[in-house]
Amino acid sequence: MKKILAAIVFALLSVYVNAQTSIGTQPVTTDLMRSDGKILVVVAVIVIIMTGFFIYLISVDKKITKLEKEGLK
Amino acid sequence: MLRAYWWKILCFVLIMYISIYGFYVEVPRLDDRMQQTIRNFFFHVPMWFGMMILLMVSLVYAIKYLGNPTAKNDFYASAYAATGTVFGFMGITTGALWANYQWGQPWSGDPKQNGAAIALLIYLAYFVLRGSMNDDEKRARISAVYNIFAFFMLFPTLWILPRLTQSLHPGGQGSAGNPGINGKDLDWRMRLVFYPAVIGWTLLGVWITTLKIRLQILIEKHS
Repeated sequence: MKKILAAIVFALLSVYVNAQTSIGTQPVTTDLMRSDGKILVVVAVIVIIMTGFFIYLISVDKKITKLEKEGLK
Repeated sequence: MLRAYWWKILCFVLIMYISIYGFYVEVPRLDDRMQQTIRNFFFHVPMWFGMMILLMVSLVYAIKYLGNPTAKNDFYASAYAATGTVFGFMGITTGALWANYQWGQPWSGDPKQNGAAIALLIYLAYFVLRGSMNDDEKRARISAVYNIFAFFMLFPTLWILPRLTQSLHPGGQGSAGNPGINGKDLDWRMRLVFYPAVIGWTLLGVWITTLKIRLQILIEKHS
């Protein structure tokens, strides 16, 4: 679980770093996140929401599995 | 199915695919009536397809219960009905939002909107009925019978009556066949997202339902 969270945090950090370097130095349109009417921003938001929901779902699933295994003993 | 995990991975992959490619796929412009809102087709419509599938599974377990009255069959039937109803409410809410920008108002008394509202109210009554009885066996049997009735009410309310009159939804009087499945109506590029979307959202519903069932079985064991 911690590894997944760390992976997501680092993935997001890379986006932040890109945003830092491109402002002022390059034309806006060459930035990936700002291309195509900034639709990628919406895509990113939805991917984060859905990933969050899945992490939550997996953690509930794991808890129930654990309880089921304890019940067998 | 309860504890296998390959389909959970499939569910995640499919939902990520539609969440990304659903915004990128080229959609037909026609005369720009729908503009980009046609992408709602990957989110709003699978809610209804998912609802139908989940409620159908619920019906199967309700019939199973009547043949073999075990608590397990009752848990399955009620959990699938609950998730199916949630999907229906997601469908009706997203539909109202879409309608606000497409048809001018969130609720225009469109026959399919009214039919969907009636169908959902019938399913809400299922939970009221369940909540009103304390005797487990009686509750399970009566709700299994009501579940069968509720499922077959979906046909007139969602599939037949809206097609007999003029409707803002596709598939009303004057247009032929099922707009979601019929050959020439749906652009092939959109199909590449739509069918995986139906499978992905339905699997998500099944996943949530199996968690509900497993929790219910655990609670039953402890009490």
